[in-house]
Amino acid sequence: MPKMTMVQAVSFALEQEMAKDDSVIVLGEDVGMDEGVFRATAGLYKRFGDRRVIDTPLAESAILGTAIGMALAGLKPVAEMQFSGFSYLMIAQLEGHASRFRARSQGQWTCPLVIRMPYGGGVRALEHHSESREALYGHIPGVKVVMPSGPRNARALLVAAIRDPDPVVFMEPKRSYRAFREEVPEEEEVMEIGKAQIAHEGADLTVIAWGAMVPIVLPIVQEVETKRGVKIEMIDLLTISPMDANLIAASVKKTGRCVIVQEAPKTISVASEIIAQINDKALLYLQAPVRRVTNFDVVTPYFGREMMYIPSPGRIRRAIEETLDF
Amino acid sequence: MPLKEIERFSVSYLQILDEKGNVDKELEPKLSSDDLIRLYRGMFLGREVDQRMLKLQRQGRIGTFGPCTGQEAAHCAPAFAMTEKDWFVGAFREVGARLMRGESILQPLLFHNGYEEGNRRPDGKRILPISIIVSSQTLHAVGIAYATQYRGEKDSAVVTFFGDGGTSQGDMHEALNFAGVWKAPVVFICQNNQWAISLPRSKQTSSRTLAQKAIAYDIPGLQVDGNDALAMYKATKDALDRAHAGEGPTFIEAVTYRMMMHTTADDPTKYRSEEEVEGWRTRDPISRFRIYLEKKGIWDDARQKQLEEEIKSEIDAAVKEFEAMTDFKPDAPFDFVFGTRHDEIEEQRQAFLEELRKEAQNA
Repeated sequence: MPKMTMVQAVSFALEQEMAKDDSVIVLGEDVGMDEGVFRATAGLYKRFGDRRVIDTPLAESAILGTAIGMALAGLKPVAEMQFSGFSYLMIAQLEGHASRFRARSQGQWTCPLVIRMPYGGGVRALEHHSESREALYGHIPGVKVVMPSGPRNARALLVAAIRDPDPVVFMEPKRSYRAFREEVPEEEEVMEIGKAQIAHEGADLTVIAWGAMVPIVLPIVQEVETKRGVKIEMIDLLTISPMDANLIAASVKKTGRCVIVQEAPKTISVASEIIAQINDKALLYLQAPVRRVTNFDVVTPYFGREMMYIPSPGRIRRAIEETLDF
Repeated sequence: MPLKEIERFSVSYLQILDEKGNVDKELEPKLSSDDLIRLYRGMFLGREVDQRMLKLQRQGRIGTFGPCTGQEAAHCAPAFAMTEKDWFVGAFREVGARLMRGESILQPLLFHNGYEEGNRRPDGKRILPISIIVSSQTLHAVGIAYATQYRGEKDSAVVTFFGDGGTSQGDMHEALNFAGVWKAPVVFICQNNQWAISLPRSKQTSSRTLAQKAIAYDIPGLQVDGNDALAMYKATKDALDRAHAGEGPTFIEAVTYRMMMHTTADDPTKYRSEEEVEGWRTRDPISRFRIYLEKKGIWDDARQKQLEEEIKSEIDAAVKEFEAMTDFKPDAPFDFVFGTRHDEIEEQRQAFLEELRKEAQNA
């Protein structure tokens, strides 16, 4: 199996799907000749040409708006938002149309399309290049929100997103794009959207994370296990919406303790929703209050201070240990 | 160095049939009597459905809608110029055009009574549902056009509608820009009805014509008498021919007038004068076209009476069918969130149905 970084796994998935199905096309800013500012579309323009890998004019609403038209007419567009911080310009098209065509027409018009976007902090970037706004997208009914955490699941989930019958917002943790490599099978691998994964089995506490937080949390889990002689279950959420609440509930029923780690601000967030789901489905099994380790409700600070705000290994470790001790 | 002129632009105006029914013989489209009568019928049906819906709305039998009266030539004539392979991407003030493209009278009734069933696509027809967010649909038109180009469908193009207010929206400008770059087969039709709810055309933009907006994107922009069905037909047909020939998009500003309110929730006497509305009555697109048909000797009072009876019974039948429909599945919205099954959605559906059962028990 070849070892790939996440950004290589993304272009690998795109290339395989494009080779398989000529209705799959890629569009966005600088995705063609330049192969994307992160090289996520590497090799595509050379292999498939400018009709299938479209360097669009610079307008995010139009990138999604035209992708919607393409999807309505039978293509499977994969639109790239160059950074999630610029994606808000397309929310009117997502909320107003992509999410609604199926419901509006009772299934007679659908929008099978993917909106890929690098998100998150930790790369010392300029303003608007560091946010984690999955909750914004997760709040829109009719939209699926997927956040891979590593090269292998990024590839398998992107394939699933391209084949999915609905609009999928695919948020790629740019901090992890080149941070590590994983073996990615050459042959087809597809993961189901809407399913979380147990990344590490345990019985004493459940830790839930997604996207860029997963590779940060996993070594801490192993460290605490060794130090304390406990077994910690780690859930990689993978899909933000529709959420796999039943898997979360089953784990929390087993462990009775839960810590949620998210890069995004605290209030009205995915972590808030997970706690509400635990309240609905597993409240009486809890032996400790559910803890959240999150960013703060501040405007995302410039990179001089950002690492003080994103959950740090120390904050995560303390929350896990305090919840174990409760 | 002296300044030198590097580009010069102009906007043309097209009228073929004037207010008195005089026709420009050179520009007059070569349409058969049957075709002309079909176009007349389409406009007349649009008007009658519109007026019936207004009555139904006032009686509380349907909800809010945006009447099209006075704008029939601006949208029906383009619909008439389209083929089955062309796509109709409308806004919300084109009922006559929708009916001409193959929607049933039942559809606007259902839509405006609050049921998505009104958007169900007539079999295989290339008609998108009503789009309410101003100008947002113009981008879909460009995307569809790209897809038809990509698939090598040389004989299909997209006709999209929006209003004078829509020309202020970013989406329209982005759509024109993308269409220009892609040479996308799109006909942009701006129904300039002079009013965006209460905002007059003069306050919408300082551009002297709306057609000139297209010039910035190197798209031909033409201003047309939007109450002249012959001119609207010819302008659209020429634009479709260009699109089918791979020559790219066209922008048509149809100068017309919104004779009624913006929607039934609006009172236009608050912001415009009755004299202004009166001035447009003499330019009515349907009476003008009727004179034209009569002068040609293919229409008369007897035929008009017969058409009126025919259309009345068509509308009566649709209203009857609409009012007999009571069986709307309460949990249908859960069927159409996603194309795949998810526990969370199904659990919420069960909770919703359970609450309905309890409400029924308590009632």
